[in-house]
Amino acid sequence: MIGTDIQSGLSRLGIWQSMLASKGGNIFLILLLAGTAFAAVGNLLVPPESAMHVDTYTITLLGKYLSFALLAMAVDVVWGYCGILSLGHGAFFALGGYGMGMYLMRQIGDRGVYGNPDLPDFMVFLNWSELPWFWQGFDQFWFAFIMILFVPGFLAFVFGWLAFRSRVTGVYLSIMTQALTYALMLAFFRNEMGFGGNNGLTDFKELLGFDLQADSTRVGLLVCTALTLAIAYLVSQFILSSKAGRVIQAIRDSESRVRFVGYKTENYKIWLFVYSAVLAALAGALYVPQVGIINPGEFSPLNSIEIVVWVAVGGRGLLYGAILGALLVNFAKTQFTGILPEAWLFALGALFVVVTVFLPKGVVGLLSMFARLKKKPEDPDTQSGAGSDGTANSTQGVAT
Amino acid sequence: MLPLLALSSCRPNHWISFLFAITMMIATPVLAEQTASLEDLGKQLANAKLKKVAGVLNELEQHGGDKVLPLFQAMLAGNLYYVRADRALVILSQENSSNEENIVVTDALTTQNQLTYNKSVLKKVRVNNKLRGILRGKIAELTLSSSDPALRESAVNNLLQKPDEQSITLLRNARLIETSPDILEKIDLALMIATLDSSDHIEQLAAIESLQDSLEPVVRNRLQLLVEIDDKGNYLETNTSVIDAATSALKKIDGKLRFYGFIERVFFGLSLGSVLLLAAIGLSITFGVMGVINMAHGELIMLGAYTTYVIQQQFPNHLEISIFMAIPAAFIVCGLVGIAIERGVIQFLKGRPLETLLATFGISLILQQTVRTIFSPLNRQVSTPEWMAGALQINPSLAITYNRLYIIIFSLLVFFVLLMVMKKTALGLYVRAVSQNRDMAKALGIRSGLVDALTFGLGSGIAGIAGVALSQLTNVGPNLGQAYIIDSFMVVVFGGVGNLWGTLVAAFSLGIFSKFMEPVTGTVLAQICVLVFIVLFIQKRPRGLFPQRGRAAES
Repeated sequence: MIGTDIQSGLSRLGIWQSMLASKGGNIFLILLLAGTAFAAVGNLLVPPESAMHVDTYTITLLGKYLSFALLAMAVDVVWGYCGILSLGHGAFFALGGYGMGMYLMRQIGDRGVYGNPDLPDFMVFLNWSELPWFWQGFDQFWFAFIMILFVPGFLAFVFGWLAFRSRVTGVYLSIMTQALTYALMLAFFRNEMGFGGNNGLTDFKELLGFDLQADSTRVGLLVCTALTLAIAYLVSQFILSSKAGRVIQAIRDSESRVRFVGYKTENYKIWLFVYSAVLAALAGALYVPQVGIINPGEFSPLNSIEIVVWVAVGGRGLLYGAILGALLVNFAKTQFTGILPEAWLFALGALFVVVTVFLPKGVVGLLSMFARLKKKPEDPDTQSGAGSDGTANSTQGVAT
Repeated sequence: MLPLLALSSCRPNHWISFLFAITMMIATPVLAEQTASLEDLGKQLANAKLKKVAGVLNELEQHGGDKVLPLFQAMLAGNLYYVRADRALVILSQENSSNEENIVVTDALTTQNQLTYNKSVLKKVRVNNKLRGILRGKIAELTLSSSDPALRESAVNNLLQKPDEQSITLLRNARLIETSPDILEKIDLALMIATLDSSDHIEQLAAIESLQDSLEPVVRNRLQLLVEIDDKGNYLETNTSVIDAATSALKKIDGKLRFYGFIERVFFGLSLGSVLLLAAIGLSITFGVMGVINMAHGELIMLGAYTTYVIQQQFPNHLEISIFMAIPAAFIVCGLVGIAIERGVIQFLKGRPLETLLATFGISLILQQTVRTIFSPLNRQVSTPEWMAGALQINPSLAITYNRLYIIIFSLLVFFVLLMVMKKTALGLYVRAVSQNRDMAKALGIRSGLVDALTFGLGSGIAGIAGVALSQLTNVGPNLGQAYIIDSFMVVVFGGVGNLWGTLVAAFSLGIFSKFMEPVTGTVLAQICVLVFIVLFIQKRPRGLFPQRGRAAES
């Protein structure tokens, strides 16, 4: 308690210190920004003949990876720091993506196949005569942007309010989140929903007046994604190292104790869940203009659970671990599906098993274990799960 | 017939065998003459001008009887052709009408020999509307007097739809010679429907009176005609008592239809519930009793379905009984896979449910991809045995398909066997002991590792059995399991973890609930509504319908 009081009295300088406290995080931030700058320059300024040239395909791929990294970080914030295993973050990601997709759809104007200036192609195809109410306003970027953040955040709030207040935890919560995204997938597959049904939204032309096919726009989107990721990283780091962040981590380790101490744990969980959902939605909004399509497949439970694997591979409970995991797994996926498409599911499945059984702390955990072993080989693993320690203590207490 | 008679009276006397030989000599030409004349008539039919065809048809009917039925039907359907060269009548088979070169036909008179012709040598036998009318009448007449009761019944059913003067006389005649009570009832019904058009109001009223218990859709349509209203809101029918009687009869019929519609919906709900029960019941052992989250459960169901497929491939000649071999086979295969999963992965993740969830999800991906690699990603055809096909027709508006009926029974059977295993056997006792207090059970000498493996094997084996049942209802493909995993978790959570009876109640109530939602909202929305309902339900009762109580509940 005294520690947290001191923490809450931090000066502005102290906040910056807390945000930039972790060494691994600093390395990650420098690498991220340097890598993005290198890719941007390599694409726009270096001539195509040069060996240093970065082609547009790679730029788009990098942008995609970085938006996945942001998504992974969103999952890590709730899972790694608060113990809420969400198998439904794909839903928030897809909702953000649909928000952006709706804006991009409205930007097509009369350049669609049917040339209707008021209605997107699929509505003309369905013989709809006017824009549904929930599409109103999406031709304005500011409105679309607010909706991108608000709708998933609100959904997360309602879901969290219902779930956390009645203390649905653990596996039950995970399955509920999975059911959430599954239900949304079924709903979005319906044509009558007004979101393009099976085909989703595609054929985008421009974003804020920039041609989406142009190299400069691609690079711009990559830079935007990298900056968003960096800012989101710093903000998350700040939140999680503040007093509230301590409480959140305490909830992960032993929720009932935190509750007995007097904290309203459900409020912390709800707001963290909403924050995480908004991050996921931002990732989705950045993802859609880069890949050029959003369809209900993004809601599929498999997608959501894949995100969890990125986090698990990288190392949960560390923000840059989740980001590293997303980049590693997606790079592997691109390579695998290029060479051996059938083998990817085998590899992914094996990854699930290997990581959970042998690498509970992911790649980052493995690296830091090696580092620690080098330094002082006799030191026992002090960082291992406080939760299991706690339960062990309590059973001991009962026994004695 | 004559040679047979001779044969039956044959004795080892020379003169009788002589007689027999003579009879043979007489009989054979007679038979030959008869077929020959039919063939000639056929040729005449091919040659005849349209005006004369009716006469030829009459002669054909008289000579051929039942035998010319396929010919008439083909002619009515426009499938009757003749070969230009020898004027032999042939029937086009439906399947390969697109192939111009090799057209498969059957001989119209014998309906046996499959022949192949080029389209150019065939010519269609011409029919006009008048001939079609005659043909319909002749077909009805022939089928009504057929010796096959099924044919007779279908003939009556056809006439039921649009009774006219001609068919009423036919039915009156048929009524005199009909013996089967079911068909008699049908004939009476048809005659009664015809009476509805009578000009005599008393007859009409009597007909309405006796028809108001019938559920045949045609009866309802005819009664509807009686109370039809024209543009100005006046009844077309003039007699008010007829209108009143028809209205009340319609009301009565509609009430009954609603009732049977309700029954049917309940049946569909039970059927869906039984599928849910089968899918969830194995999970209620592994998840409910052991507390292990097995996301690969759906894939174990899929493996069971594929086991059925493989068994059918191995014994293609014993389709009827292969399903009985598939049940134990699927149990063993999936049980072994389950034990392998438990020993290989899950035992290392004890007490870490979220990690177990992820690891078993990985296993489910591997199993899916394995099946895709071995059997191809396409759906496989599992054939249904004869005794499971068809439907139990309770009344004209309510039919219960046998496969769904059997699966309801089967799911209950599996449920009770499992219940007995858990309550009455040593294994069940150990399982419950270990799940309640592992350390205490170990202290009492129970090998908890072995019990874990066997329990998981049992749950997985039951998933396999569910797969056998599902293979009879849906397509067998690598994604079969995915469709059920979320639903089965919902059932177990809804019913209350660790409670088999809860699973039973939850499965059937969710099944019926979603079937009653479907007509209101559509299939997909109904599914979504069920999910939302369960999410909200869990808020109110986080431990399901029938929560576990006592000390075991808290862990």
